[in-house]
Amino acid sequence: MSLDTVKPAPGYLEHLPVEYQDLVKHGQYGKKKKVSDMGKFKELIEEHPMCAGCAMTLFIRLVFLALPKPEHTIFVGTAGCGRLAISQGNVPFIYGNYGDTNAVASGLKRGLELRFPEQKKDVIVMCGDGGLVDIGFQGLMHSWFRHEKFSTFMLDNEIYGNTGGQESGMTAQGLVAKMSPRGKVDEKMDMLGLAKVAKLDYIARIVPTNPARVVRTARRAILIAREFGSTYVQAYTSCNIEYSIPTPDVMQDAFDKEKKEYGFEEHFSDRAKAYIDDLEKKDKAAAKAAKK
Amino acid sequence: MSPETAEAKQNSTSKHANVPGKPEGWVPAGDLQEVISLEEMQKLPKETIFMTGSEAARESIRRANVDMAIAYPITPQSETMQQAGYLFDEGYIKDYYRAEEEIGTMSAISGASRAGVRSLTATSGPGLMRGMEALASWPGARVPIVMLNMCRVINTPLAIQPDNAEISFLLNTGMLVLHAENQQDFFDWPLVAFMVSEEVDVTLPCTVSVDGFFVTHARGNVAMCDKKYKIPPRDGWRNAVPSMDNENPPARISRDAPIQKSNFISYHMHASWQQEVFSAVQRSAKYFDKYLGGLIEVVNPGADEMIIASGAAVSQAREAVRQEEEKGNKVGLIKVKTIRPFPTAQVIAAAKHAKVILVPEFNQTGWLHKEVCTTLYGHTQAVIYNGPRVYGGMTMPTELILDWLKDIREKDKSRNHF
Repeated sequence: MSLDTVKPAPGYLEHLPVEYQDLVKHGQYGKKKKVSDMGKFKELIEEHPMCAGCAMTLFIRLVFLALPKPEHTIFVGTAGCGRLAISQGNVPFIYGNYGDTNAVASGLKRGLELRFPEQKKDVIVMCGDGGLVDIGFQGLMHSWFRHEKFSTFMLDNEIYGNTGGQESGMTAQGLVAKMSPRGKVDEKMDMLGLAKVAKLDYIARIVPTNPARVVRTARRAILIAREFGSTYVQAYTSCNIEYSIPTPDVMQDAFDKEKKEYGFEEHFSDRAKAYIDDLEKKDKAAAKAAKK
Repeated sequence: MSPETAEAKQNSTSKHANVPGKPEGWVPAGDLQEVISLEEMQKLPKETIFMTGSEAARESIRRANVDMAIAYPITPQSETMQQAGYLFDEGYIKDYYRAEEEIGTMSAISGASRAGVRSLTATSGPGLMRGMEALASWPGARVPIVMLNMCRVINTPLAIQPDNAEISFLLNTGMLVLHAENQQDFFDWPLVAFMVSEEVDVTLPCTVSVDGFFVTHARGNVAMCDKKYKIPPRDGWRNAVPSMDNENPPARISRDAPIQKSNFISYHMHASWQQEVFSAVQRSAKYFDKYLGGLIEVVNPGADEMIIASGAAVSQAREAVRQEEEKGNKVGLIKVKTIRPFPTAQVIAAAKHAKVILVPEFNQTGWLHKEVCTTLYGHTQAVIYNGPRVYGGMTMPTELILDWLKDIREKDKSRNHF
């Protein structure tokens, strides 16, 4: 199948809802969009029921913008806030059982490779910290150690936001939350460390303070997973409700968090580094040629 | 043939250039097999081989054109799924791996099936219970997975012995449930399960359950066609709902509204989705009828004393019927092949005349007895006896069934089955 799937048969377009017409005429299919293009094209995700000021939504929007091939991408998620936005995107979304994301994605990706050997399809797991490190931990670890060829994006709000603010494995030590009435006993789980132990081809930690960097990071994670094996992006996406961050201060919180304990980190395997360097060099040359 | 079907067929032939550990130019054995319909396969000349149920399942899988097999080892299933590994190595299965445990297994195989490829898994008692959350979600996801279930004790104390109580947990999931009697069924029925579950008006998972050890680890005669044949591949374009392959226009395929909202429309949508799943279970009956030669088998129709059974209990009942025949007594037997869809009309027609009905089972709960009582309520004057049953790993001696028949005839009230 091709990009033409998006386009309706001649004569039909004008009869489709205006949102669909916009997707076809002004969408990102087949075009590489930049952050500076936002507001000037029809995004894959627009409406969503997320809370006002939610940093998670910003991150999700940016990842959708970064999709190298949205017409050949499938998202996999689980219960949590993130899926409320992801499921509104114009990309198929599997909303599975609790904590099953990385197992479902393993089967899905392998199945798609069998069925479409000539067409790379990107499978992306995107879900919360609880979904991945608590209930989904086993599936996550095994998909990493099997080096399954899909990317995992953790929306790390450091709490169970959707169920009303219970501590998760990613909550900081000492924090008083629901289900940690005396403060969380244990340390925040070191998922970057585990990702390194599993020898993932690409690992990143990010706070969405620099939108262009989010897009670049997401794209790297998706392209490296497509080519080599598992990749992991851990993004701090605060829960302004549960952490009582006033809406106008959400971005300030992100900057503070980044500075204090969530600085940008990126780790490549040698093969992934060589691949991305080459790819980005070619992209730059192409962009330069296009300008001339 | 539509272009989509042609593409599906083409894609079903895997491209195995440079497979690790295989010499250059290696051709997967599955690529050398000839595709024929299951109806044609059933009519082919057969060779009879004395083999275990696990081996019979392996030979079935060899001919089933499976794309993807995922499983986690558990006794008594392991015998079969490790042999599926050898089939993968030979190239009869296109992809295969040992998963982390059963939630991982049942989730991953649902991912594979969502991709539109033919998907197989297998498990036993405790593994089935562990994967239950995932597999109970398969029917609603409309994934035509075939799951072999080699029954085993699920109760504490932990045991690896045969007991089919776990089937009762599958009855209300929306899955298709078959209960195979012997090694021959365990060869024939997985092929049927794939064909039926992938019918577009069915698109449901199907489990082929069999009593562990009694069938999986014991030998019996199995008649099968040459291994050069296989059934047609799954056509990932033909489903009740689209595969999750992003090969459709980018409609919001899985948006949450309004299913997850708390309002009347969302309740209505969820209710109608469930109704459709259970309607699809009923629609599968016509296909099972075709491939299995009826949803039930009746021995000695019209007898006053009828035995209704499924699985290995059928074999024990057959022997009881034979021994009664030697004594000059005509005892009837109804073998229930499909537990879901339950052959309600067929069982009523075959049993309504009876005066005495026995339901021998390999479990404590008596799930088949409950099914039979519900089915025949108001349709028969027969006394439906609550047994005989064995469980926890016990075998069912034919004498147990014969004793029950004798006690019933003699109205021996000293026995506790009245």
